[in-house]
Amino acid sequence: MNAFKELGKYSSLLYQALRSSTEFSTYRKNLFHELVKVGYDSVPIIILVGIFTGSVMTLQSAYQLQFAFIPLSTIGAIVSESILIELAAVISGLVLAGKVGARVATELGTMRVSEQIDALESMGFNSVSFLVVPRVLAGVMMFPVLYIVASIFGIGGGLAAGYFSGTVPPADFLMGARMYFYPWNVVFGFTKSFVFGFIITSVACYKGFFAKGGAEGVGKSTTEATVLGCIYILLADFVLAALLL
Amino acid sequence: MIEIRNLTKSFGDNLVWEDVTFRIEDGETTAIIGRSGCGKSVLLKHINALMTPDSGEVLIDGKNIFELDYVGQRKLRQRFGVLFQGSALFDSINTFENIAFPLRYFTDLSEHDIHDKVMAALRHVNLESAAEKGTSELSGGMRKRVGLARAIILEPQYIMYDEPTSGLDPQTADEINELIVVMAEQFDITSIVITHDMHSVLEVADKVAFLDQQKLSWYGTIDQMRQSNQKNLIDFISASEYQIKSKSSI
Repeated sequence: MNAFKELGKYSSLLYQALRSSTEFSTYRKNLFHELVKVGYDSVPIIILVGIFTGSVMTLQSAYQLQFAFIPLSTIGAIVSESILIELAAVISGLVLAGKVGARVATELGTMRVSEQIDALESMGFNSVSFLVVPRVLAGVMMFPVLYIVASIFGIGGGLAAGYFSGTVPPADFLMGARMYFYPWNVVFGFTKSFVFGFIITSVACYKGFFAKGGAEGVGKSTTEATVLGCIYILLADFVLAALLL
Repeated sequence: MIEIRNLTKSFGDNLVWEDVTFRIEDGETTAIIGRSGCGKSVLLKHINALMTPDSGEVLIDGKNIFELDYVGQRKLRQRFGVLFQGSALFDSINTFENIAFPLRYFTDLSEHDIHDKVMAALRHVNLESAAEKGTSELSGGMRKRVGLARAIILEPQYIMYDEPTSGLDPQTADEINELIVVMAEQFDITSIVITHDMHSVLEVADKVAFLDQQKLSWYGTIDQMRQSNQKNLIDFISASEYQIKSKSSI
């Protein structure tokens, strides 16, 4: 029963956000700030995640296939396709659920419990348009960009790890990556990152916007936003794979 | 004029108050008093349509505000300034920007005019020197004054104070009380003050509405309040007077 109530409140907030999205002048400034915070500020962690994911995948694939009589280019194919289809979007999503989701829920939760949202409403602002719309828009706009960054650095990291460890020469790695490259996989990864961006920011906005109590309430809403963001990413990953592959 | 008619509100099975009826005349300062948790702040949020009642009406200049659409209610709220209990300053921007905030979104004023208006508002609350300070650098009393400067910046017709002196030392509380009186007189603002601080009530209010036992238990002028024989009102005032005397004897 409670879950249905929560779903109803979440849907209602999204509906309000959709209706408020026409009030561009209200959220224009905030949208720019959020694009920077969600996108630009996340680039370093995404590069790090990409490089290490690609590197570890290459080393582990080389280890697992060391006694198999298959061409080394296969490792390049495995790493690049895994990154494009799954890892760049999902691992980035999980990391960003912590970084972006926690920040958004904490910001809005603090604003709620310190009456800043009430103050906005009292001044005649549409608080959903002012606070929720720019954050969700920044999520759906910047996560696909971060997916591209994660993919480039993931494949680059895999290539570098193969070269420096002496397990896969770059020419073989790239040959395998090119041979098994399907543009649809990029479209699929791109779609996933778009959906994950929406899930993480909208869930975090919902949890923060309706936070109750003091510091404890904000902490609870932040934890729930992060945990639920991660769970919904995994569920959405499964659903999208079942629908689109 | 604000007319509150037969207002009833409950949260689930918990009745907050019922059948609340009173009138706030233009230019008057009305204090809404009562014990903690009696629903004073909830009533305040009904007066500018931040909350909707289970039944009843709030009429402003003869129009029921709950019949207005969302845009109409937002426009109505711009006629109110609100000073929140914790001041509700935006902590991501400094004092100047907090006060300039409504001007930037709701007016077409130039930067120069915004600067002049903000500095004038800060002068009114004796806080010109704090313009560039971050909100975390402000004391409790300064935060209240900045909140007050922000509340008056759009030159509202009504101003609502939610526990304006709570958490302040007696001297700072007196300064805030003085400001409430000055604002009402200087700008001809109709004021509504939520408080359980009787000292503040006696300093600023023309009329008093006493919420108790889930209803409007008493309503009248300050003089009528002093002469009232109603037991629960006398008990409430006596408890506060004891506190005032205790403070002054220290």
